[in-house]
Amino acid sequence: MNVNDPILSVRGLRTEFSGDRGDVRVLDDVAFDVGRGKIVGLVGESGSGKSMTALSLMGLVPRPQGSVSASSILLDGQDISKLDPAAMRRIRGRDIAMVFQEPMTSLNPVRKVWEQVGEPLAIHQGLGRKAIRKRVLDMFELVGIPEPRTRLDAYPHQLSGGLRQRAMIAMGLICEPKLLIADEPTTALDVTTQAQILALMRDLRDRVGTSIIMITHDLGIIAEMCDEVNVMYAGQMVEQADVFDLFERPSHPYTRGLLASIPRATVARAARRMPSIPGMVPNLARLPPGCRFAPRCGEVMAQCHRPPDLLSVGDGHAARCWLHAAGAVLPEGEMR
Amino acid sequence: MTLSADPAAIPESETIEEASFLRDTMRAFRRNRMAMVGLAFVVLLVLGAVFAPWISPHDPYRVELDEQLLPMSATYWLGTDNFGRDVLTRILYGARISLVVGIVPSLVSMAIGTVLGILSGYIGGKTDFVVMRLADMMIAFPSLLLAMVVMYTLGANLLNIFLALALVGWASVARVVRSQTLALREKEFIEAARANGTSRAAIMVSHIFPNVVPTLIVLFSLSIPEAIMWESSLSFLGVGVQPPEASWGLLVAKGKEYMFQAPAVAIAPGVAILLTVMAFNFIGDGLRDALDPSMKD
Repeated sequence: MNVNDPILSVRGLRTEFSGDRGDVRVLDDVAFDVGRGKIVGLVGESGSGKSMTALSLMGLVPRPQGSVSASSILLDGQDISKLDPAAMRRIRGRDIAMVFQEPMTSLNPVRKVWEQVGEPLAIHQGLGRKAIRKRVLDMFELVGIPEPRTRLDAYPHQLSGGLRQRAMIAMGLICEPKLLIADEPTTALDVTTQAQILALMRDLRDRVGTSIIMITHDLGIIAEMCDEVNVMYAGQMVEQADVFDLFERPSHPYTRGLLASIPRATVARAARRMPSIPGMVPNLARLPPGCRFAPRCGEVMAQCHRPPDLLSVGDGHAARCWLHAAGAVLPEGEMR
Repeated sequence: MTLSADPAAIPESETIEEASFLRDTMRAFRRNRMAMVGLAFVVLLVLGAVFAPWISPHDPYRVELDEQLLPMSATYWLGTDNFGRDVLTRILYGARISLVVGIVPSLVSMAIGTVLGILSGYIGGKTDFVVMRLADMMIAFPSLLLAMVVMYTLGANLLNIFLALALVGWASVARVVRSQTLALREKEFIEAARANGTSRAAIMVSHIFPNVVPTLIVLFSLSIPEAIMWESSLSFLGVGVQPPEASWGLLVAKGKEYMFQAPAVAIAPGVAILLTVMAFNFIGDGLRDALDPSMKD
């Protein structure tokens, strides 16, 4: 196995839900890589498929309504896309761990924090209570929980939101997973705590070398945290790029829209109405036939009624937009 | 990757002792005065029932026809009944049956109801359907009739009373537990547990069950008086405890005929039922609060 191989390589990931009114494909042909020791962002609006991507990777898509298929999901060289549920359970918590959005409700209120944080150890390594307590204490110190010794026996309600999220991160990392998926880990926290948690995750990546998938709708977090970015829209990847590239040369109109909608504190802008992308995320059961963003796109062209592929716009940078196809008719003043 | 500090690096003296859950709960329970009063009453009652032959100078079964329906006196503290038997002694002996009948079938129906309720709520699908339709059947059936049928066909003895009461009681417990489980399984901490690779069985045992316990305790403290009442009804109808054995329900039933000559014969065991039921309710409330982590600070 090559150290340059990505820790996670997803190809052709499709997730569908069957309902009363037919099947809905919530993820369509999703493909991306996560490099070793990298933080990779998944951005998009609510309903774009970010969280569903995480659940699909974890094998946590509710059954039998949901079904997941993929050409391959290589985790450190091993294809986990065809594993049966029991084998997948052994992967969860040991090789891939997840940190959830709501630290307030992600811990069982009637069990002590250390028992829960140490649960993956009991499941995957069969350690005894004493050994687990000791490891949890180490983890508490690692994630910067003050007075870790007294916090072991705390119940979740005795910890603040920030401490609980630290505990959740400790739980995620306790089996030294190859990949940590953080699903909007700071959305429910106040701004100061948010900054601390993000700093902690970056610090852990640097010290421990965990690869992280960071799911967020906040481009500020992406800019601060990520090495690479995947922009999702209506269940598809619409742009993939290095983080600097993405902010410098956003190549999909949707990404540009997102970047334009970030509120800025400058006086000149403050007087103006905040820019936003017109329209709404399409209903996944009734998608437009061509490009899924076309109905909201300001640069829509004749080709847009046909679905575009991810087209390369530079080294490691791709966008799902006809603007980048050879011979595309560019609107006036558009730069390539 | 090295996350773990070398375990040897932590001095042995600092190995972190775990605060005992049981000790925490006991401490919280002791702070609740009503619960402690209830507990004291139940303990006294149990001691009284167990040591009745040594406490009471009277024989609960010996008939003294010239001492019928005597009023309260130094010899007979609560008077005598229509056969001249000491009422207080019969209450003490009756406590043996009433307490056991109150507690054992409740425990059995709680156990069955909890297991089936959690399975039904968490697994869902066919399991849920089968369990809930069974429960519907049990609830749709008139419970008294069902219990009587069991007692009549299997014979009137204590073991069959347990059986009849457990058969009648589990369904409502299962329903309550199932509905709680349905709410719990959607909680984020259950998903977090699944993301850790926790198996379904382990989720039910160590995540769902502890969250159901407070409800179970309330149900339990309510089902004890109910079971005592059920036993009384069955005994009253003649398919429960058989005279000359004494149970509180039977004492009330038999004593009510002499309400005007000697009210204590019926009222005293009634008061015993009332006090016991209250004591168990206080204990139940105290336990529920003591088991709730947010009440322990």
